[in-house]
Amino acid sequence: MSRTSKTRDHLLPADATYESVSDQVSRIVLREPVPASWKFGFLIGLIMLQILLIGIGWLFVYGVGIWGINIPVGWGLAIINFVWWIGIGHAGTLISAILLLLHQEWRTSINRIAEAMTLFAVACAGLFPILHLGRPKFFYWLVPYPATTNMWPQFRSPLIWDFFAISTYATVSFVFWYLGMVPDLATMRDRAHSRIVARIYGVLALGWRNSARHWHHYQKLYLILAGLATPLVVSVHTTVSWDFSVGIVSAWHSTVFPPYFVGGAIFSGFAMVLLITIPLRRIYHVKDLITEKHLDAMAKIMLASGMVVSYGYLMDAYVAWYRNEPFDSYIYTDRFSGPYDYCYWGLVICNCIIPQALWFPHVRRNTWLLFTISIFIQIGMWLERFIIISLSLHRDHLPSDWSMYYPTIWDWALLIGTAGLFLVLMLLFLRLLPSISMSEMRELVHQKGDSHHDPS
Amino acid sequence: MTPPEHNEQKRTVNVSTQIQHDAGQLFGLLAQFPSEQELIAATQNFSESGYRSLDAFSPFPLEELSEALQLKRSRVAPIVFAGGLIGGVSIYALEYWINLFAYPLNVGGRPLHSWISFIPPTFECTVLLGSLAGACGMLWLCGLPRLNHPVFEVDAFQRASTDGWFLCIQAEDDHFDPQISRQLLFSCGAREVWDVPEIKY
Repeated sequence: MSRTSKTRDHLLPADATYESVSDQVSRIVLREPVPASWKFGFLIGLIMLQILLIGIGWLFVYGVGIWGINIPVGWGLAIINFVWWIGIGHAGTLISAILLLLHQEWRTSINRIAEAMTLFAVACAGLFPILHLGRPKFFYWLVPYPATTNMWPQFRSPLIWDFFAISTYATVSFVFWYLGMVPDLATMRDRAHSRIVARIYGVLALGWRNSARHWHHYQKLYLILAGLATPLVVSVHTTVSWDFSVGIVSAWHSTVFPPYFVGGAIFSGFAMVLLITIPLRRIYHVKDLITEKHLDAMAKIMLASGMVVSYGYLMDAYVAWYRNEPFDSYIYTDRFSGPYDYCYWGLVICNCIIPQALWFPHVRRNTWLLFTISIFIQIGMWLERFIIISLSLHRDHLPSDWSMYYPTIWDWALLIGTAGLFLVLMLLFLRLLPSISMSEMRELVHQKGDSHHDPS
Repeated sequence: MTPPEHNEQKRTVNVSTQIQHDAGQLFGLLAQFPSEQELIAATQNFSESGYRSLDAFSPFPLEELSEALQLKRSRVAPIVFAGGLIGGVSIYALEYWINLFAYPLNVGGRPLHSWISFIPPTFECTVLLGSLAGACGMLWLCGLPRLNHPVFEVDAFQRASTDGWFLCIQAEDDHFDPQISRQLLFSCGAREVWDVPEIKY
């Protein structure tokens, strides 16, 4: 038996059939009663969502003065949260697109969840720059449209690049996710018990009928979209990092930013996929579809991207020291032993030291440990963005300007609120749409069948 | 398998006796096969016998089916390319026009045509329009979206999205003959064959 067919056997239960994989996934939506844990999670999500609405309402009434931002720290939690959420969104497209192009079959059962996670994380991220504008109602000024004032956006500004990068990323991710789901929506339509449910899925499936002619065009497009999405993932976080690196603030002016931001995005993205899939396997009994092998592979990617991030920290500090420019060196002394030193050392512990446990196969296969490590990584990545933004700003070149930045309750309300928005969207997705790609699982069963026929 | 013989006279007789549907029109015949191998073999047989209005259905993509149906290379790729090209060129042209003519701003003596900073929007719009054109193009090539299709009239067709293997011979095909085609389907190993009525809107 070839090596690939061995891998496949670990990704599927031994007795998997076309019927059993389709049933196992569609049952979650069509037949199983709503689990108590889902209802509890949804309630928590709704409460947090109210906090978001109150936070946004208060912001619209009083303006950005309700946040802790000041001079010199003009970018506070809003931008930190934006970069954090957009980073979380990256693993989705990465799993879907890059792993598809690399023929990594283990992506099959987690790609749909990861893509949905991308969409929802980008939705959360997209809120922040708009809210941060000060006058959110004018956000459309970023769009190059023929205004009667004859004013046009400034294309040399990273803010405009951001607008193009994020709106493109959101749209292309949506198209990739939705088209990937169309054959499965057709399966849902065909397996629905009530007419109304069948009609809803029928409309969403766009009339898909599994024809060979459909598959012929569909497969081609799916592959092309994966090819387009791959550079897109890299370009989005690179653009976000350019927001900083084209500036003149000492600690931001670094060429290591683009790769280091992308590495960090993959790091936090995979941690988020684990945070979602580990409870999902338990609640919906899909442990034989999302196997330990999947968790193991994701943990290895986390370990690798964690090392990239650690290298970024090291290089950043080394370059500051090597440049021998007193203020640059001072910025780093401030990080290690300044008023926010606990953030820096928290970051080192969460992002550099704790993930080293992933070297041990025993840890990679222990869901509790993986879950805990993923939480630490999320915290660490959030701290990283806090350090890059607030710490670099709070002591600038002019000591008379120096000021501390303390987030207010309204800053935290938006972070908690977007977490609620993410939770609600994710739970609705798990409840209403096929969360694992059934057509790709059937293909995997088919290939597995072939490998049994073929004794080579 | 030999190509089905069909003389005009015999065919007319058959059509008038065979079709009993209210619609008075037959869309085609739908056959279910027990496995993918049999579906592929049957599709190949029909295709080689000169049938052109054929469609095969499988719950996941099968390369062999596309080959058996003698499908041409998908035109999705050129559509994506055209979309991407239009997106990239038009946004770069817009940036050029805005920065040099419509709203020139001298920022720190930088050149008005600072092409390096025009690249990020150009790249993003290339990907955006390419993807959207590809998605619309794929749906257009597939004849989607549509709310209904005659094959959905056969209840057993619901299996096509789980583990059903179907072949549809359409009545519009020159070689189509309700009886002969039906026999051919059975001789290829079809488990069951249904008449698919034309749907009225």
